[in-house]
Amino acid sequence: MTVSSSPAHLLIVDDNKVNRMVLSRSLEQQGHVVETAENGREGLEKFRTGVFDLMLLDIEMPEMDGFEVLEACLNDVDLRQIPIIMTSAMEELDAVVKCVELGAEDYLTKPVNPILLRARVNASLEKKRLRDEQRRLFRTFATKEVAEQLLRSGFSLGGKQVKASIMFADIRSFTTIAENQEPSESIDLLNQYFSLMFDAITNNGGTVNQVVGDGLMAVFGAPIFFEDHSEKAVRAALQMLEQLKVFNQNQLAQGKMQIRIGIGIATGQMVAGYTGTQTRAIYTCIGDTVNVASRIEEYTKEALHPLLIDNYTRESLPEDIKVEDLGKIIFKGKNQAINVFAVRGS
Amino acid sequence: MSVIDMNTFNALKEAAGADFIGELIDTFLEDTPGQITTMKNALAAQDADSFRRAAHSLKSNAATFGATSLAGLARELEMLGRENVLEIGNRLEVLQDAFEQVRGQLDGLR
Repeated sequence: MTVSSSPAHLLIVDDNKVNRMVLSRSLEQQGHVVETAENGREGLEKFRTGVFDLMLLDIEMPEMDGFEVLEACLNDVDLRQIPIIMTSAMEELDAVVKCVELGAEDYLTKPVNPILLRARVNASLEKKRLRDEQRRLFRTFATKEVAEQLLRSGFSLGGKQVKASIMFADIRSFTTIAENQEPSESIDLLNQYFSLMFDAITNNGGTVNQVVGDGLMAVFGAPIFFEDHSEKAVRAALQMLEQLKVFNQNQLAQGKMQIRIGIGIATGQMVAGYTGTQTRAIYTCIGDTVNVASRIEEYTKEALHPLLIDNYTRESLPEDIKVEDLGKIIFKGKNQAINVFAVRGS
Repeated sequence: MSVIDMNTFNALKEAAGADFIGELIDTFLEDTPGQITTMKNALAAQDADSFRRAAHSLKSNAATFGATSLAGLARELEMLGRENVLEIGNRLEVLQDAFEQVRGQLDGLR
């Protein structure tokens, strides 16, 4: 018995007992831990409830055939990254091609050649290991949403029209604060501050896509669309202000400087996508909505309200979030007045 | 004359392990008569789908053990079932005979 790679948990789904026995025995001989299921429905159930590294899936089966199982797995966020190898008779090659096009990792024809079985299973496990590693790295440097989107549809520059909410937030007079303390202290303060703000944004489905100095820009509703992006953006902002109170209490307790922030949110159509070069690019949003959000954020200084939103954002807020109409404001470089609202809290 | 392709059989024996091949042969020999019965019943009931499924399983198993001609006969029946043709002449009897020969040889290969 030789074990070429670390043992993996494999699921074999086949209605034919001899096939199940041959496959599981061969794979156990290679050091893997194997479970079996007799039909597609049972297989899918086991796949969903257990923890597997790979599935070997027969096509022709009662209850639920291989196609249906494959489709269900590919539509499941938790399962789609687990490789599936189709096993089928030679004559079913058309069906196999369809499965591979749908997203099956590979295929094996039955009777399964043990050497090919070993090679394909190990190759698929290795690919999965690399993808898991890639996913982990992506998540360190990009948001989870961007990472998932990149892994699913690949990377390409260029954008598309989306409807989303944009948030800008920055620290009031951070330059003055920075001038009055040690540089390391400023960086420390920023890191603590950002980690609190990022959490509030991420918890509400937002994606921080830019950090410049003490300011940040976040998107809600893109790259993954969700209906209530305006509400989520405002809830994130309220949570940020709550977090800031706690942060300031800590600062005060340590005899350090307290900070104030301004947040602006605007909602509307924009172009979203990756900009930059093939080797260095960021996910960003461009359009009037983005400019409006930025202007509204700046206006928080004058308005003396920490959280301001535009009318499109206000329109889709539920009753429990109270707002105050600040009237129409004409911003620099804009022809049309923008109706600005201050959020009072929920 | 051998009805088992020994290259295929030996590869199976190696992959599954010599200690396991007996159990595997038993399973095949136990399952096959049931599949033949299913095919007979399906013919009587004019149920092309269940006829095809049984033929499909039998074909797959026969091929696994290197029972090449038995697999070929089962495959032919599977195809007919797929095309909804249940006028199969004496093919099922021929298949039954072929299975008996395979059984005889596999019994000695445990």
